[in-house]
Amino acid sequence: MSTTSAFNDEKGGSSSAGEPEYGHDPASGGIFSSDYKRHDDLKEMLDSNKDSLKLEAMKRIVAMIARGKNASDLFPAVVKNVACKNIEVKKLVYVYLVRYAEEQQDLALLSISTFQRGLKDPNQLIRASALRVLSSIRVTIIVPIMMLAIKEAASDMSPYVRKTAAHAIPKLYSLDPEQKDQLIEVIEKLLADKTTLVAGSVVMAFEEVCPERIDLIHKNYRKLCNLLIDVEEWGQVVIINMLTRYARTQFLNPNINESLLEEGGEKAFYGSDDEDDDDEEKKAEAAALAKRKPYVMDPDHRLLLRNTKPLLQSRNAAVVMAVAQLYFHLAPKAEVGVIAKALVRLMRSHSEVQYVVLQNVATMTIKRRGMFEPYLKSFYIRSTDPTQIKILKLEVLTNLANETNISTILREFQTYIKSMDKDFVAATIQAIGRCATNIGEVRDTCLNGLVQLLSNRDELVVAESVVVIKKLLQMQPEQHSDIIKHMAKLTDNIQVPMARASILWLIGEYCEHVPKIAPDVLRKMAKSFTNEEDIVKLQILNLAAKLYLTNSKQTKLLTQYVLNLAKYDQNYDIRDRARFIRQLIVPTDKSGALSKYAKKLFLALKPAPVLESPFKDRDHFQLGSLSHLLNAKAGGYQELPDWPESAPDPSVRNVEVKDSVPEWTKCTSRKERKEKKVEKPFYSDSEGESGPTESADSESDTGSGSESGSEESGSGSESEESEEESESEEEEEDEEDERTKKKKKIEKSKPKKPESAESDQSSGEEQKRNRKVVKERRSGSESESEEESESESSESESESEEESESDTDIKKKKKAAPSKPPPKQTKKESKKETKEMSLLDLDDFDPTPSPQVTPVNNFLSSSLVADLEGLSLTDTVLAPTTIAPSSSVRMYELLHRITGEGLAVEYCFSRQPFSPDPHMVAVQIQFTNNTSSESKSLHIEDPKLQSGMRIKEFPEIELLPAGESVNVVMGIDFCDSTQAANFQLCTHTRKFFVSIQPPVGELMVPAFLTENEFKKEQETLLHGQLMGMNEISEKLNLGEKCQSDHAIVERVTAKANLSRVPCGSEKENSPPLPPPPVSSPVSRFAGKTVSSGSLVLVTVARKEGGGAQLTVNCEKMVIGTMLVKDILQALTQ
Amino acid sequence: MIHSLFLINNSGDIFLEKHWKSVISRSVCDYFFEAQEKAGEPDNVPPVIRTPHHYLINIYREKIFFVSVIQTEVPPLFVIEFLHRVAEMFQDYFGECSEVTIKDNLVIVYELLEEMLDNGFPLATESNILKEMIKPPTILRSMVNTITGSSNLGATLPTGQLSTIPWRRADVKYTNNEAYFDVVEEIDAILDKSGTTVFAEIQGVIDACVKLSGMPDLTLSFMNPRLLDDVSFHPCVRFKRWESERVLSFIPPDGNFRLMSYHVNAQNLVAIPVYVKQNISFFESGSSGRLDITVGPKQTMGKTVECVLVTIHMPKVVLSANLTATQGTYTYDPVTKILVWDIGKLNQQKLPNLKGSLSLQSGAPKPEENPSLNIDLKIQQLAISGLKVNRLDMYVEKYKPFKGVKYVTKAGKFQVRT
Repeated sequence: MSTTSAFNDEKGGSSSAGEPEYGHDPASGGIFSSDYKRHDDLKEMLDSNKDSLKLEAMKRIVAMIARGKNASDLFPAVVKNVACKNIEVKKLVYVYLVRYAEEQQDLALLSISTFQRGLKDPNQLIRASALRVLSSIRVTIIVPIMMLAIKEAASDMSPYVRKTAAHAIPKLYSLDPEQKDQLIEVIEKLLADKTTLVAGSVVMAFEEVCPERIDLIHKNYRKLCNLLIDVEEWGQVVIINMLTRYARTQFLNPNINESLLEEGGEKAFYGSDDEDDDDEEKKAEAAALAKRKPYVMDPDHRLLLRNTKPLLQSRNAAVVMAVAQLYFHLAPKAEVGVIAKALVRLMRSHSEVQYVVLQNVATMTIKRRGMFEPYLKSFYIRSTDPTQIKILKLEVLTNLANETNISTILREFQTYIKSMDKDFVAATIQAIGRCATNIGEVRDTCLNGLVQLLSNRDELVVAESVVVIKKLLQMQPEQHSDIIKHMAKLTDNIQVPMARASILWLIGEYCEHVPKIAPDVLRKMAKSFTNEEDIVKLQILNLAAKLYLTNSKQTKLLTQYVLNLAKYDQNYDIRDRARFIRQLIVPTDKSGALSKYAKKLFLALKPAPVLESPFKDRDHFQLGSLSHLLNAKAGGYQELPDWPESAPDPSVRNVEVKDSVPEWTKCTSRKERKEKKVEKPFYSDSEGESGPTESADSESDTGSGSESGSEESGSGSESEESEEESESEEEEEDEEDERTKKKKKIEKSKPKKPESAESDQSSGEEQKRNRKVVKERRSGSESESEEESESESSESESESEEESESDTDIKKKKKAAPSKPPPKQTKKESKKETKEMSLLDLDDFDPTPSPQVTPVNNFLSSSLVADLEGLSLTDTVLAPTTIAPSSSVRMYELLHRITGEGLAVEYCFSRQPFSPDPHMVAVQIQFTNNTSSESKSLHIEDPKLQSGMRIKEFPEIELLPAGESVNVVMGIDFCDSTQAANFQLCTHTRKFFVSIQPPVGELMVPAFLTENEFKKEQETLLHGQLMGMNEISEKLNLGEKCQSDHAIVERVTAKANLSRVPCGSEKENSPPLPPPPVSSPVSRFAGKTVSSGSLVLVTVARKEGGGAQLTVNCEKMVIGTMLVKDILQALTQ
Repeated sequence: MIHSLFLINNSGDIFLEKHWKSVISRSVCDYFFEAQEKAGEPDNVPPVIRTPHHYLINIYREKIFFVSVIQTEVPPLFVIEFLHRVAEMFQDYFGECSEVTIKDNLVIVYELLEEMLDNGFPLATESNILKEMIKPPTILRSMVNTITGSSNLGATLPTGQLSTIPWRRADVKYTNNEAYFDVVEEIDAILDKSGTTVFAEIQGVIDACVKLSGMPDLTLSFMNPRLLDDVSFHPCVRFKRWESERVLSFIPPDGNFRLMSYHVNAQNLVAIPVYVKQNISFFESGSSGRLDITVGPKQTMGKTVECVLVTIHMPKVVLSANLTATQGTYTYDPVTKILVWDIGKLNQQKLPNLKGSLSLQSGAPKPEENPSLNIDLKIQQLAISGLKVNRLDMYVEKYKPFKGVKYVTKAGKFQVRT
């Protein structure tokens, strides 16, 4: 502070003198003395006690910095204000400090303690800001302090501070690269962070500090994929680019089989027609190869593709480009097409964006022309486009040209040739030339067009045409000697050197076709030799030499004249050439062996030039990168690795079960969960090289459908969860379930599609499907595998003999026994109690009613139905009354743990009557709090329902302690439709949009009819006396496991909430009959829709040889149709 | 990432520089000037320029070059997009993005740049967050500031940065709660000489001005969402709901923003609202030419076509134009060779016509190409694709907002070849 007093003394009222200087243009420069004066004045202001003066001074200083003026001499005066109370002054001081600290290292140290204090501030924003400034000060001496601060901030409570820490990492790294190892540790730690705020920044740090440490990504790969959509735009770009590289090292090329096909296709394009057969052969060959080595996609690979796809809709061009390049480099060929639309959209953006996008599109069109073909017209050129854009568009149009669209393109080119922009016209002519070489059919048309251009008034146009014609003629010179003659005439007029040179070369090369003209041209050229440009001179020499060799009689003297002229030329290249040619062609005594071959040397057959795009093979650079744009490696560019030959171990991406397994594990016993895992052997044959996965070939037909499906239902993450889980579990389990797997495999391959003939191929595909429908399968098809049905199949009352032997089952039965008496008394109790009951006691109810249900009643009075429904729950065929979170009923995910920020919500249809309103379906919802803090006031808000639908919210849950779960019941009147009920799930901090979509089978309640009644009702429905006709029947083949009567019952009731109509019940009304056979060929089921009470009648009539007839009668056509579909699926599996 | 930024005006003055890492001398801009000279037109300056030690990525906006200095590999679009975001932010703050306003608000500009990038990596680019930290200047505030000596820096901490919805600031309060949506469609078309459509498509945007208190959750639905072929959204839009229900569900940013842009399915034939009959010819002898243009309404859906403007880039040899317009006024700038005919409202009864002679530079050969016409037009109260907003619902908040939707159709890149 002593220094400042010195500044003060000489200045009196200079503050006013400084005033007019403000706003002064820096470019005009100031006189040095006035600069000093002003600075003194500023110093004084900074020393004053008034914040307003300080602020004014700081503003002026910042304005100076902005204009690029040097304000470094103010450093001491400024830096002491670093601790100023006024936040505005402080911020500006930070700006100054960051700018000049590097130059004034010692003085800068004075400020450090302020920031260190700031790092301990209770307010996260102050901590972050302190770290940000501290790390921005490029003073080597504080490296250890920075390191410490970063480490501390990396484990800060606040994600914002952690984000700042991630930003600080590259700063420190650039200051002191020796810290790399320590920084990598921090990066590793931050990579594990689960918040979206940090993800982008830490990946950026990763890319700058240690992009080669791809191994750090393994454990975080899936998390990054899942978080991606919620990361801020800039972070998305960085993450996507990094993941592209990652995927290239970890997964197999999805197009490995198609690359062969593709090549074949390309060749056919350029080649003539007779190659067609050849091509087909090739295709067959490739297909055969594909069959031999089926490609199967790693689910993680699929995850990446799926999770990046929505980002094509981003408003940020950089994000769209990043996704586009990811798809281009990683996606199977059939899927790359989706990016075209998005890239074409970017063409509407600013011209700089267009420029970059077009560069990338140009590269893409070479590899994958078909993708952009539908958008051909979007690349049409407007006269108002900047030249550089025009030329790029032209490039794209040329790449897109093929036999079918060439006429349109050429017509378009024709208008371009008339443009005023001559550079563009020249480029157009080149483009026409390229189209002509690539597409044989139009070669003559193009050539004629170009020849016509030779009479164009613009010399540039003519010159360019000549150059292109030269290249074209080289392909078939014999047919075009008249064009060559025509061009020879042009030498008088055309002045453009390149064009003159081209003509001369042509004449020389084909002098035999124009024997009369060639010597004459040489004569003219000899005259003007000295005035020609160098390239023309060289071609004159060439022409002379060639003529000498073919027609020495006429041209001997001319040649010698030209050679003599060249001998004294100023350009040494030309002198050299002349000397060389003379030695070679003029036979002398000394001439060596070479001169014998002179003719061969000069008149050798030259291959036609290949006109190819400058964008060819540019895709070895990662698209969208700076290096790609420049076609040269930029500093810090990370090469895009080639696909590995065989996939590295995919298990490296597995995260410990605890982290990845969804909530419900918490309420399930470990043991049970294990059992469950057994039946999900996605990897049954995966231990080999191929990895678990889906077949690429099936991608085109199955991939898109299932993918969009999962996206729509909002459960995209759900399937991954199960993938993750299954992967991690797989190892521990795989021995014990070897047997199951085998069984499974057989079963799996059964319903495979006919076209996928190869069994392993289809098994890959099957696995994928398996994953998707795993739950349905569980409920449907697994009755013979003990563990499965026990733990998973939601409603399957597993009473097949073998199953009951399984000890778990026995245990279950034992447990169930005491609680078996139907809780008739409890029925009338308050809802809440029922609910609790259901959680505590009914949990283990054995859902083992025999298929022969005790008929509750012979008559059906509608008034009684409601009561009966309640009654029936416990002692009918019907599925478990309650929901054990993990055991019997299928749980659906409502809110994933990650999207819910720790709150996981699942629901199931409990099939209990919803007492407050019998027209509602009861939905049991289970909340699990996975966070470390408690969740408060969970409630529903703001339902968005289709008209007629109603919702009865569950009472608000006031408190959900960390790590616990709670169940509640809510009612929804779906109005007998399968429309989803959308609503918001609110906590005290957040709101989540969720939706519940009921399977059709849950929209009904069992109705109790006797067989006679059933038939009567069926008759009524069928003949449509009053209610309209509705019957849907389907023939089906019963699945192998569905042959028995009870299996059918079990499956139908699992699918739909129906009750079985006892078949022997006629007895009571009619004279006694012999007891019906134990397994009746016809099973009937009855129910009513919840909302409107329409009857739903289902009949399954078994026939000889495994066939069956399924009939559904229902007034509601939609419900009927959907039900048939569901039941059919259940029965055929 | 982004190392430094220089703002350069058309005459080559560097009027602002900002460095996010160590300082790079402004002499690096010489490479830029070199490229600029070579390119001639500002449009033709390559967006990426290579220098021995750096790469310059630049954009040209509002007569200002934004030149950023890059040292290592970075996606060029990343930088370009960011620079445009910077320009938009200036526009948002000062009403326009020009050299004058930037110079007038140098300190705010500098603070903005400081917040937008950290170590060259974008930090806060959402207008709502930035406005929380740095208040935009208003006349009143700048007066108060001069008196009290306070600045535009927000004194409160920017809590918006911590939010999961970074685009919206907290505690928004309005007495009048309003939400306005402008559906603006542009017709991009190329018509050939005979008036046949070579290429036409409709691009639209929905710009919103939402001034609602609290944290409203809006749902906007369309009568005919199937029309939309390709869409891109503001980050606030929930993509999943669009996928499943075709509704836009979002918590809006405060103030003006672009909710979505879309492309209308190209299969639907695009209605071209006007036709142009033109005849431009140049004579070989006499150094003159004739021009005769008539514009008439074609498919206008019963609406009036307004603000019709015809722009023609004449060949270089055209010295002057002597024309008569039956409606509107025309101007010909002999320096830029641009003929502008401002017609205004299109009259159904008496079609506007522009007719007369052009005089050419004597001795020069007649131009080979006829210039193409660029047309501007506007139709109020109409979205030419037929897109209609069905309804806007607000959830969470209890009050009743005032809602409004406006439709406008404009000509985008609408060109008639001759």
